[in-house]
Amino acid sequence: MSASVPTAGTLPEATAPAPDTEVADDRMARLPAGWRVVASKEIGDHVTSVRFIVLLIVLGLAAAIPLYFAADRIRAVAQAATGVPAVFLALFTIGPANIAILRVDTFVGIVAPLLGLAFAFDAVNGERSEGTLPRLLSQPIYRDDVINGKFAAGLGVIGLVLVSVVLLISGFGMLRLGIVPASQEIIRLVAWVFATFLYVALWLSFGLLLSVVIRRAATSALVGFGVWLLVTIFGQLITTLVSGLFAPAANATADQVLGSYQAQQWVTRLLPSTLYHEISSVILTPNLTQISTPATIGQLEQAQSQIPGLLTLDQSMLLVWPQVVALVALTVVCFGAAYILFMRQEIRA
Amino acid sequence: MERKKIVERDPRREPVIRTRALTKRYDTLTAVDALDLEVRPGEIFGLLGQNGAGKTTTILMLLGLTEPTSGQARVVGLDPARHPREVKRRVGYLPDAVGFYGGMTGRQNLRYTARLNGLKGKDAETAIDEVLHQVGLTDRAEDRVETYSRGMKQRLGIADALVKSPDILILDEPTTAIDPIGVVEILDLLRTLVNERGLAILLSSHLLTQVQSVCDRIGIFAAGRMVGEGTVTRLASLFGDGSAIIDVGLDLKDPVGKQRAEGVLAGLASVETVTRPEARSDLWRLTVKPASEEANVRQAILAAALEHQLHLTSLRPIVPSLDDIYRTALERRGMADTAVGRGAASASGRSAA
Repeated sequence: MSASVPTAGTLPEATAPAPDTEVADDRMARLPAGWRVVASKEIGDHVTSVRFIVLLIVLGLAAAIPLYFAADRIRAVAQAATGVPAVFLALFTIGPANIAILRVDTFVGIVAPLLGLAFAFDAVNGERSEGTLPRLLSQPIYRDDVINGKFAAGLGVIGLVLVSVVLLISGFGMLRLGIVPASQEIIRLVAWVFATFLYVALWLSFGLLLSVVIRRAATSALVGFGVWLLVTIFGQLITTLVSGLFAPAANATADQVLGSYQAQQWVTRLLPSTLYHEISSVILTPNLTQISTPATIGQLEQAQSQIPGLLTLDQSMLLVWPQVVALVALTVVCFGAAYILFMRQEIRA
Repeated sequence: MERKKIVERDPRREPVIRTRALTKRYDTLTAVDALDLEVRPGEIFGLLGQNGAGKTTTILMLLGLTEPTSGQARVVGLDPARHPREVKRRVGYLPDAVGFYGGMTGRQNLRYTARLNGLKGKDAETAIDEVLHQVGLTDRAEDRVETYSRGMKQRLGIADALVKSPDILILDEPTTAIDPIGVVEILDLLRTLVNERGLAILLSSHLLTQVQSVCDRIGIFAAGRMVGEGTVTRLASLFGDGSAIIDVGLDLKDPVGKQRAEGVLAGLASVETVTRPEARSDLWRLTVKPASEEANVRQAILAAALEHQLHLTSLRPIVPSLDDIYRTALERRGMADTAVGRGAASASGRSAA
């Protein structure tokens, strides 16, 4: 084959126009950061899209929870004991006694993945099926500008609405219930918002990955929805199933029982929903001093003999640091996979 | 610095696109095989080939959107694989089956492209207005693209490629799925662009007649290889059957005159056949062999017409159609088969002819 190459001479290459020489094409120097342009266009698309309205409605519902359910209970609690720790944060963690989902933190934990997926599942394959991808990539941008810009836009839009909702709830709490947050509570709230950002980012990355791998937007939406269902709703089911494998035999020794219990907890922690739930509850509940239920008699005794007290944020963060790291790692893995696959993909269908 | 001076001295001679032994392989399939290509400023170069001949792959390599397996490419003097951004800044590209964001207006789509190219505010709007005017979409600029016809989208695609004021325009199948009138409009537009802006255009097509009508030079592409390159006339002499065609218009009333004219024309040197005009036509068709005698035969016709009192109405050499050239080119290179069922055959290591 190589014998057929007629002239193997090297073609001369002009030096790339550097911005500081007169050779420079001044238009080259004026090129903006591609991902910003992509992101601002995507944000424009998002805020006029149907999914944005859905986002508003869904997170609006979250804001309505304290309005209807939390307020009364908080009043009752606050009256019963004036010394209740972090009443302000209770706005986010208290709901009607018998419906677990109607708490702001739980609710957000369930819908955040859906929102992340909704804003990313068609990011790349949508461009592909519309035939806009070759045109977009033939513009003077790097290829990763596309995926970075889309990620930034999704996170930006969801984040904006999330922050608005948190401010709305806080405002409601202050005006209607007269609960004024202490500085520690504000910091905790900010930390919680960041943790939620992180969780949304994970699902956005996962959505991006799906949109790169799966050619049809509808299929990638279905797969994403399926995974969300599996992780969020049937998460408990999976852990039960898997931990069944580790279930101690009837004649097991104490050590074996303990070991199997720890294995179950470990399996649960593989799920991002569990990770987020643990982070969220520790941040929003300053008097929570341990995440897992005590596994040994010693731990149990320790927990019971503990004097109830409030943790400072750094102590709480210390408690959930492994979970935070795990969540970051999962996000990096998902985004990294989407990034690499997209960079290596052929542009032609 | 040195190189820049050379470019300044004679910018029109320097090819803006140049490839050496450019090759792209996908597993066993060789999509582009040792391609040598040169496109100069101010010319329209037609890349002609069937679907799957490797035209789009070539274009993607020129834009740095896919990496060549081996060989080199220089676009505006730069290696697209190493400086894709600079190359893409200066090359306008109309992809095959171009798509737009349907929910946005034509102008918004162009504005996005302009911004990606660093054009903002007034500069961008001026550039957008200009290209919209050029492609004749000014009236529909504020409508959503999803309401556009296929031809309008194609024209918007050209506007989109032009909005960055490129030095080179690369158009992949610019005339597919467009009605005949639209095709003529687009081809006229391309010619105008070359004349007005002096840019170079590389266009790919499988529609021979269109390529023939607008391109200065043509490269015939089959199974990833360039089987012939040059002007239509040059290709004709390369791949024609060695004969030329002249149409002669004669104003003859009676059958006797026709008889006489036929005798005269057939008696000329190098004239192989004489075909009588069809009803209601006065065009006689002569085939001349060898083709190189074509000019002499025309002179002879003129002289004979004077001598024999035949009233000439026209005298026209017919450039052979690209369709014929294309077919012969493929057959001559024994590629007619491989062009259809290529892959195994082309991968088996055929050496250059």
